[in-house]
Amino acid sequence: MDHKITVICGHYGCGKTNFAIYLAERWAAQGERVTLADLDLVNPYFRSSDYREELERRGVTVLAPLYAGTTLDIPAIAPELFSLAAREGRIILDVGGDDAGATVLGTLSEPIKAAGYDMIYVINRYRALSGTPEEAAELLREIEAASRLKATAVLNNSHLKSSTTVEAVAASVPYAQETARLLQLPLLDTTIPAFLAGAEGAERFLPVSVTVRAPWEDASELNFVGK
Amino acid sequence: MPEKVLMKGNEALAEAAIQAGCRHFFGYPITPQTELAAYMSKRMPKVGGTYLQAESEVAAVNMVLGAAAAGVRAMTSSSSPGISLKTEGISYMAGSDLPALIINVQRGGPGLGGIQPSQADYWQATRATGHGDFQILVFAPSTVQEMVNLVSDAFDLADQYRMPAMILADGMLGQMMEPVALPENSGKTLPEKPWSASGHHGERKHNVVNSLYLTPQALESLIRDRFHRYEVIREKEQRAEEYLTEDADVVLVAYGASSRVARSAVEAARENGIKAGLIRPITLWPYPVDAIERAIPTVKAFLSVEMSMGQMVDDVKLAVNGRRPVYFYGRTGGMIPTPNEVLEEIRKIAGGM
Repeated sequence: MDHKITVICGHYGCGKTNFAIYLAERWAAQGERVTLADLDLVNPYFRSSDYREELERRGVTVLAPLYAGTTLDIPAIAPELFSLAAREGRIILDVGGDDAGATVLGTLSEPIKAAGYDMIYVINRYRALSGTPEEAAELLREIEAASRLKATAVLNNSHLKSSTTVEAVAASVPYAQETARLLQLPLLDTTIPAFLAGAEGAERFLPVSVTVRAPWEDASELNFVGK
Repeated sequence: MPEKVLMKGNEALAEAAIQAGCRHFFGYPITPQTELAAYMSKRMPKVGGTYLQAESEVAAVNMVLGAAAAGVRAMTSSSSPGISLKTEGISYMAGSDLPALIINVQRGGPGLGGIQPSQADYWQATRATGHGDFQILVFAPSTVQEMVNLVSDAFDLADQYRMPAMILADGMLGQMMEPVALPENSGKTLPEKPWSASGHHGERKHNVVNSLYLTPQALESLIRDRFHRYEVIREKEQRAEEYLTEDADVVLVAYGASSRVARSAVEAARENGIKAGLIRPITLWPYPVDAIERAIPTVKAFLSVEMSMGQMVDDVKLAVNGRRPVYFYGRTGGMIPTPNEVLEEIRKIAGGM
């Protein structure tokens, strides 16, 4: 991923936002200037702009949809996105799901092409409606048509949330390889949730921390208030 | 055992309905349930079914009424403001003894409210999904897997008792993803519906599906019959999960998304030496009063945890009937209580005992 812009696209719920956050934090930790732009205009839940505070604490600039989280939460993207080429540092575009979510990229396709981009197609073998290589390939064609951009690599992010096992990840590799072959794209990597990183057989996968989760999923931070 | 797939709650509700034999979906888009209709629009044509985006919620629910009258499994889905519009049709279906499934992926209200999760339609679902003397079956899943299981049960019980059923979910459950095992297409034969207006083929008298009864004696008698059926349902169909209640001093009562928060808080309370437990209603009507009753002899206090200003707490109080104190904690308007906030409430109650 040598280009200024990294576009993260894929099916609803494949893990785009989680991977975009991971990438932003990794690059920021390496001392790079990173902007993470939330382009998800189709779904008001689990968007990268929901994690703005934490991201900014780690040095990532977040561009949220113009009125995200307000009563004017209309499909309007940040005006800064039209001057992408002029922005310093790396830019990650976290796109909404499917072709519906990728439509907004179409508007930005000219400035994105002008600045130079990589477009990562995130896949998850365990997601409904994209669980076969053929379904996954078809979905990308719809996304590419809507976005007027071409994917440059496939990322295998196959997981089952907290029920993910090393075996489940390993079992997804042939699916990812076949999807990449059908699309004639390189398979960038296969991720594994960070909580499995120490497990046997996990070392050949890319550990990615899990940021996007339901509010009750992190009971470990509970303190006994006031005692 | 079928392989698990990762699904959003909204998608799982849709797929489960198809697996349960539903081939007729009529809806109108609204956040945060839109994926349900979107999923139906992709899948229904592939299974020979009908997906129709109606011109309004009122039109959609009346299409469901028509399909149900013809004897097929039909459903609609919406979120809070859209459900208010559908209440006319739900009342008509109840008044016509028609089975159908209505899904409410609740968001904040009143009015247009917000688009974040809420449980503020509890009163509406259990007390007044329309005008008149009637009840509907109300189910409250708390996981995506349970959404799948309850859709099939809701269709079956709606058919069995000839009445509308509702899945009362919320935006968080609709939008979150969890692994689910979908039922293998059961291919089960759906029940015969000899009352349906599906063509008499010259072999019987024609059936009339109707909710208009201008003779008050006839209407009263019909409603009384329906209420006898409700009594049977109250007796047989209550469902609740009881978690760590056997020795609990403080029993939380919570359903749906807030029960996930409550469960975390109960576990944290136990780690801190407070005997807490959880009753999680799975049916909201009939309300699981038996589970409350079982807890009464040992429990010192109840705490209802909701994403509302306090609605289900009324049913807890009715079941407890003054024998124990009943407390309430809730957030509203799209806010979700945190496990820490609930833990603090448990601590206050435990401290005062």
